Amino acid sequence: MASHEAVSIPGATESVWSGGASPYAVVPKKLGMWLFILSDAITFAALIVAYSYVRVASENWPRPFALWPSIVNATVMTVVLLTSSVTMVMAVRAAKLEMRKAAAGWMVATLSGGILFDILHVREWLGLIDEGVRLFKNPWGAPMFGASFFALTGLHMLHVTIGVVYLAVVAACIARGKLTSDDVEVSGLYWHFVDLVWMFLFPLIYLMSAKTA
Amino acid sequence: MENAEHAHGAGSKKLFLAVWIALLVITGIEVVLSYQYLALKVMLGLLMTLSIVKAALIISYFMHLRYERRSLVLTLMPALIFVIAMMFVVFPDSIRLYLMRPR
Repeated sequence: MASHEAVSIPGATESVWSGGASPYAVVPKKLGMWLFILSDAITFAALIVAYSYVRVASENWPRPFALWPSIVNATVMTVVLLTSSVTMVMAVRAAKLEMRKAAAGWMVATLSGGILFDILHVREWLGLIDEGVRLFKNPWGAPMFGASFFALTGLHMLHVTIGVVYLAVVAACIARGKLTSDDVEVSGLYWHFVDLVWMFLFPLIYLMSAKTA
Repeated sequence: MENAEHAHGAGSKKLFLAVWIALLVITGIEVVLSYQYLALKVMLGLLMTLSIVKAALIISYFMHLRYERRSLVLTLMPALIFVIAMMFVVFPDSIRLYLMRPR
């Protein structure tokens, strides 16, 4: 605990020359998570740009998502993810106040949201596969629709699933008195990032491909 | 110590709920918007603007960046925006591909 504070507070006890300075005033693992998020955001951006590139260059890009069930389903998924972000900030808040049991409880609520999101998304995938969408072919038009859809939503689903495992581990440790509130906050940063990415995937993949009469 | 203060002041429950409601409202606007008959470019512009607002809300309040040191924000955000903007260099080529397609 003591070593933590020495690192996190600017103008720490150590000399600047032996690493006592903290120009960002955050603990190292928080800076590490921010840098990971930056690189992961660039990964997602590259995939989104690739999807947009293929879509602009193609003719007859399919718009297969009907209001019911697809758009309603995706909207519910968005609400679930946004709500899980709120339970996550409540977990961080509880952890900062040293209410460990409450923090673990909020984290379990958060990862439940993640599991629900995954279930709804897998159902959506199975529906599309059932309609004949494959990676390089579909019944409607531009063949790359399937590849771009499954790559983008698949990578996001992988992030949600990893987040569920990550939160479960941190929650279990917090409940047992291991780890600190910093670890809860860092896992929260990851979770909010996964939420943030969906804020771009939802309009770009679903709303821009909504079936209109 | 600093963090405990934030948990009381800047990150109050009321503020988080307000941000959550704002995000839900913007999501609702996006869904309604996607069923209006707008030109594709206008639609894309509006949806992306709203999504950037949502992302900014999540980063500022949920990810707490608004209350971090300015130096952290200045290290992270300009680099991210620059790299993403540089990726847009491929779009003239995708438009060229579309226009060159034999019809």
